[in-house]
Amino acid sequence: MVGSIVSALAYIIIGPIIGGLLQGFDRKLTARLQGRQGPPLLQPFYDLYKLFSKQSVVVNNIQDFLVCGFLIFVVFTGALFFWGGDILLVFFALTLAGIFLIMSSCSAYSPYSSMGAQRELMQMMAYEPMVLLAAIGFYIAAGSFNVKEIIQADIPPIVYLPGIFVTFVYILTIKFRKSPFDLSTSHHAHQEMVRGLTTELSGNILALVELSHWYENVFLLGVVGLFVMSCHWWSIPLAVVVCLLSYFLEVIIDNVFPRVKWQLMLKSAWGVTLIAGGINLMIIMLIP
Amino acid sequence: MLSVSKSPWLLHYDGSSCNGCDIEVLACLTPLYDVERFGVINTGNPKHADIFLITGGINAQNKPVVEEIYSQMPNPKVVVAVGICACNGGIFKECYNILGGVDTTIPVDIYVPGCAARPEAIIDGVVKAVALLDEKRKQMKLESSKEKGA
Amino acid sequence: MGLIAFLILFPFFAALVLACMRKSGPVRKYTMFAFCVVIMAAVLVFSAANLISGETVSYLPETHWINTGMLVVEWFLMGLIIYQSFKWKKYYCALLSVAQTGLITWLELTGKSELPGNHILSDKLTIIMCLIIGIVGCLICVYAMGYMKDYHTHHTEFKDRRSFFFSMLFVFLGAMFGLVFSSNLTWIYFFWEITSICSFLLIGYNKSKEAINNSFRALWMNLLGGLGFAIAIAYAAIQLKIADLQTLVQTGTGTTIAIIPVILLAFAGLTKSAQLPFSSWLLGAMVAPTPTSALLHSATMVKAGVYLLLRLSPAFYGNLAGLMVTTIGGFTFLATSMLAISQSDGKKVLAYSTVSNLGLITACAGVGMHEAVWAGILLMMFHAVSKSLMFQSVGAVENCLGSRNIEDMHGLIVKLPRLAYVMIVGIAGMFLAPFGMLISKWAALKAYVDSGSILLVIFLIFGSATTLFYWTKWLGTLIAVHHHSGAVKDSTKGSEWVSLLVHCLLVITLCLSFPLASTYLIEPFLMDMFHEAVPALISSGNLYIMAMMLCMIVILPIAVRVLTFGKKNKIITSYMGGANTGDDRTFVDSFGKPKRMYLSNWYLTDYFGEEKLFVPSLVLSAAGLIILLVVAIGGAL
Repeated sequence: MVGSIVSALAYIIIGPIIGGLLQGFDRKLTARLQGRQGPPLLQPFYDLYKLFSKQSVVVNNIQDFLVCGFLIFVVFTGALFFWGGDILLVFFALTLAGIFLIMSSCSAYSPYSSMGAQRELMQMMAYEPMVLLAAIGFYIAAGSFNVKEIIQADIPPIVYLPGIFVTFVYILTIKFRKSPFDLSTSHHAHQEMVRGLTTELSGNILALVELSHWYENVFLLGVVGLFVMSCHWWSIPLAVVVCLLSYFLEVIIDNVFPRVKWQLMLKSAWGVTLIAGGINLMIIMLIP
Repeated sequence: MLSVSKSPWLLHYDGSSCNGCDIEVLACLTPLYDVERFGVINTGNPKHADIFLITGGINAQNKPVVEEIYSQMPNPKVVVAVGICACNGGIFKECYNILGGVDTTIPVDIYVPGCAARPEAIIDGVVKAVALLDEKRKQMKLESSKEKGA
Repeated sequence: MGLIAFLILFPFFAALVLACMRKSGPVRKYTMFAFCVVIMAAVLVFSAANLISGETVSYLPETHWINTGMLVVEWFLMGLIIYQSFKWKKYYCALLSVAQTGLITWLELTGKSELPGNHILSDKLTIIMCLIIGIVGCLICVYAMGYMKDYHTHHTEFKDRRSFFFSMLFVFLGAMFGLVFSSNLTWIYFFWEITSICSFLLIGYNKSKEAINNSFRALWMNLLGGLGFAIAIAYAAIQLKIADLQTLVQTGTGTTIAIIPVILLAFAGLTKSAQLPFSSWLLGAMVAPTPTSALLHSATMVKAGVYLLLRLSPAFYGNLAGLMVTTIGGFTFLATSMLAISQSDGKKVLAYSTVSNLGLITACAGVGMHEAVWAGILLMMFHAVSKSLMFQSVGAVENCLGSRNIEDMHGLIVKLPRLAYVMIVGIAGMFLAPFGMLISKWAALKAYVDSGSILLVIFLIFGSATTLFYWTKWLGTLIAVHHHSGAVKDSTKGSEWVSLLVHCLLVITLCLSFPLASTYLIEPFLMDMFHEAVPALISSGNLYIMAMMLCMIVILPIAVRVLTFGKKNKIITSYMGGANTGDDRTFVDSFGKPKRMYLSNWYLTDYFGEEKLFVPSLVLSAAGLIILLVVAIGGAL
């Protein structure tokens, strides 16, 4: 009990630090891949500090409220996950958070931000089946939806769920907003529709969105790590390594692929979910 | 240690330039000059930007656009006029449609002359703008604390 | 017993009184209001009494004279259908009606259906249904008073037949009460037919060509289901000597002796709950005035279908009938939620979402395991309240704005703030965590995984994603804020507000108190049905977490306002490349002229359009249905 509260608290406090560092690492690596020196590792923190110290300009009075909803529910999602809660509930809370973000950009009557919102919604539709499938996979592999019980398994879930793991990493590209699936908003500056979702957000409101993304990324890597967690001590360092490797992979993918159209994203995400995830599900459900 | 100067995000607007200066601005982002070293990001969105970087002079058609974009930038903000056309109209100054430099429309903080302005000059201008940003932010804080006191 | 008879008979009496009150005015208004209050009070008293005594009771083993009376009414209804069919030249309906009434008459007159058994049964599921019908149904009637007045001022081309309309609403309620209290199959069939005909009359209310066509479509589909029902009764009576539903389910559990009547009843349930391939009647039903749609979609009619399926549920476990119901249900859930994406008409989205949710309940019933039935019943409760709220708010918006297109609801939060809030509660109730529907979806997912049906799991995960898409799209539209847009005159009547607010309250109360409903109503019922203890599906820890989420959502707006108190955000125009003309609605185009901006949602008609998906899904589901029916019946014969 104490342990789970500590890890939830640790997530709330250390989560953004790890998230920021990861992003700094991402920018550095991206720059190196392009033959540039790149910004310092702590650059994301400088950006965040600057955003907090700026004036906020808004287009209406409900944006800030909805963005706060996004932040709170992302933190809630991650805290619940690291506390060891029910993984389905965790994913439902994540969806709720996502809906808050979409609503905040829908609330602005702005061409770029509402287009970003529609695309974000499309992204959610593309990855949602896989997210639920991952939860089901854990349930079948470990016999419980509870993260607390999943990590006590003797054999790590990935042994049963290789297909689901691959698919999860696939949709992770969408969730991390990495190219080729960074349709709704991108961490790179130039995009065909300004900044999509976050176009109308500024100053400390934008800072909250950034912060939430850090939290979200750490949580998502946590789910990746859950695939290799078991009751043995060495599974923890292993999970960290797997998380870092998958993050590294996402950055490489980000730099290698150009952005695709939403049609291709939807078809490929659903296709991979259906084929890799579905077949994996079929095997574990039929062979107990 | 932490300050705005660590993360200047800029918005690049092409007034009625011949594109010479625009190419030089973009050259700053290339591996050779790599301004992202200093945390500079070319945002393309006034609501995210700290520095408004304009190339080319102001004409009758883009005057309201420049004003609109300037009004959409959150404080503190700095305007940098890049190239001689943005500074005072340059070679196009006498044209029937040109109103003159950027300062005919919005207050300009930094002038970077040149035709076209060299990347080194542009980076120098941005660095100056960053120093100014810090100053403006301090002022902003002072004002807001005064308001609170009142 | 007295109370049950009152609940069944009083609505018919009310209908008679209202049919006689031709003049609209305060007298009719207050009479109707009084009737609604009486029914609601009776339902509450009945449920309270039953909860306290806590027993399942059955009545009336001997009912010869009532049966004869029912037969007379059935002949009258058949006459009505034949008359209408000939009047509008839709002869096939007459044929269907004659076939089934003939069959039932033959059974009655030869005395083959006079088997020992109770005719009336009241258990916990009956209470749940009564609460849904009584409270939601009566609130819809209250709403109808104000709505119909506006409806006829907007639509002067239709004849004002309000007294007929109101009386039909009450007949519907009476028939539903009768249906849920009946245990004898012939009785259920009798009330089943009344609801079919009522819905036919209500859909055809305004007598436009479209309305007549759609009403006949509803009629023939439901009569087809009725025919299946009649054959099931005949088979059960002659072959199995069973006349009541409970015995049939008991006999059918675990064996395949009773599979023919069970599968035929399931078929009837599928038609009534508008599953594919029979969904088109419910989609067509939106031509009717909104109270009709609200009533058909939430409290009555379609709920009769899923009610029957839930009752049959134990007999579905592990056989072909179950396979048929789960496959059709799951497929309907996915297909119609995809179709809903491409719709911009508010009522049509609601119609598709009803079919889709019913598909989920149907699939739950078909699994035949107690946790699935638990989820199904909860889904039914949440769906009834939220959907009724949604229909009513769309109707109210239509009366204010003159359109029910979702695109026209852009910025509703500024135009009609109160209706927008009501609608947001409704939408949140339909799909958002931690509100109602999601809890049941969660339980359903668990149940599907436990039952080992891979296909259902796949249907559910993809269907959830598409459901998310169309609801969030709508939600985003509502809360768009335009510069310089003002409030529109809100012409919603007082009676409509009463119903809307009570519904809102119900949605929230139900979210907070569903564990109570589960403990006192659903679990005892499941105990009776499956004869084994039901494990807690959602642990108390998770319940607390969900309550916490709900609190967070409620506190959030207040907290944010307090925290940002005094901090003034500067309000500016939205970004349009700097080409705004002073606000965020127009911009300067390439000719230097101001041009109005128009933002639209994504409907993806190239992928999810009706013309792309509807026919293939009809063909697929019809093929699946026929194959499974033939295999199941052929195997049993």
